[in-house]
Amino acid sequence: MQFFGTTEINPSPPAVTAAGNNAHMMYIFNRNGVCLLYREWNRSLHTLSAQQDQKLMFGLLFSLKSLTAKMDPTSADKVNLGVPQLPGQGCSFHSFRTNTYKLSFMETPSGIKLILVTHPRTGDLRESLKYIYNLYVEYVVKNPLYTPGTPIKYELFNTTLDQYVRGLG
Amino acid sequence: MPAVAPRSGDAIFASAERVNAELFTLTYGAIVRQLITDLEEVDEVNKQLDQMGYNIGVRLIDEFLAKSNVSRCVDFKETAEVIAKVGFKMFLGVTATVTNWDAEGTTCSLVLEDNPLVDFVELPDTCQGLHYCNVLNGVVRGALEMVSMKTEVTWIRDMLRGDDAYELQVKLLKQIPEEYPYKDDE
Repeated sequence: MQFFGTTEINPSPPAVTAAGNNAHMMYIFNRNGVCLLYREWNRSLHTLSAQQDQKLMFGLLFSLKSLTAKMDPTSADKVNLGVPQLPGQGCSFHSFRTNTYKLSFMETPSGIKLILVTHPRTGDLRESLKYIYNLYVEYVVKNPLYTPGTPIKYELFNTTLDQYVRGLG
Repeated sequence: MPAVAPRSGDAIFASAERVNAELFTLTYGAIVRQLITDLEEVDEVNKQLDQMGYNIGVRLIDEFLAKSNVSRCVDFKETAEVIAKVGFKMFLGVTATVTNWDAEGTTCSLVLEDNPLVDFVELPDTCQGLHYCNVLNGVVRGALEMVSMKTEVTWIRDMLRGDDAYELQVKLLKQIPEEYPYKDDE
């Protein structure tokens, strides 16, 4: 019996399938913390209400971002932890991985945050997030009926997104 | 692999889907004409054009960022260059020059030699106060507001009023830092 030193604490999730279906969920936030979109593909456990779950995710990213900037060994102009940063100021992270999932994150200068939670063994998803941002521009921003800053409720965007995410290896 | 921000919008302009320039010019003209009929006051028309531009700008910024690969600008000087060289080229097909910087580096002018909005346009005597291209003000202001820069945009020169170029003055009022948006945890 072994108590410490195991590299994998939980049994690892099923291996990545090349055919896709590796994504768990996706969030899109704007700068004001409004969750513009939440999509879920494989999520067996819900512990919080949707609203609290989204708030927690946004808070995690916000804090993690200011922590990563604070730890940056290369930048000379340090801001104190908790002091608001200007957009684009400080470095940012693009993904983190736990033994059960991987979270990929992209933030645009306009404050749109794209978060994709996938299988821990998926590769670099930065290009994919960029592609999803382009989908958002084409299907949401260019829709004259969409009011910027409100939750997205468009079937066409959802199906296109589903289709793309399903194909991610 | 940090993507290198483009120094010009030529490539994006070449690959983008475009509409016929005359159709664009005439459609814009029809909008301005209709606004003058509806609102009667020239000042109101200016205000309305600015508002329309603002609404365009807050959406346009995302398309600009998605397609141009511009990630961040180190200062307002670079921002102005990117607007003039990449932004204007991408959406209007022309480039502007950035001049007249003030000492603090917060005010500059975007000078347009060529402006596709004003082909076929002549201001009649009744509309002398009209800023025909006021929509551009709003676009620049709206787009910059989305990247957390509060600006004030005003026309300095206007060829329709007898000047030799179009000059837009952009003044950076303040940059808004990123705040944690939720007030308290309930």
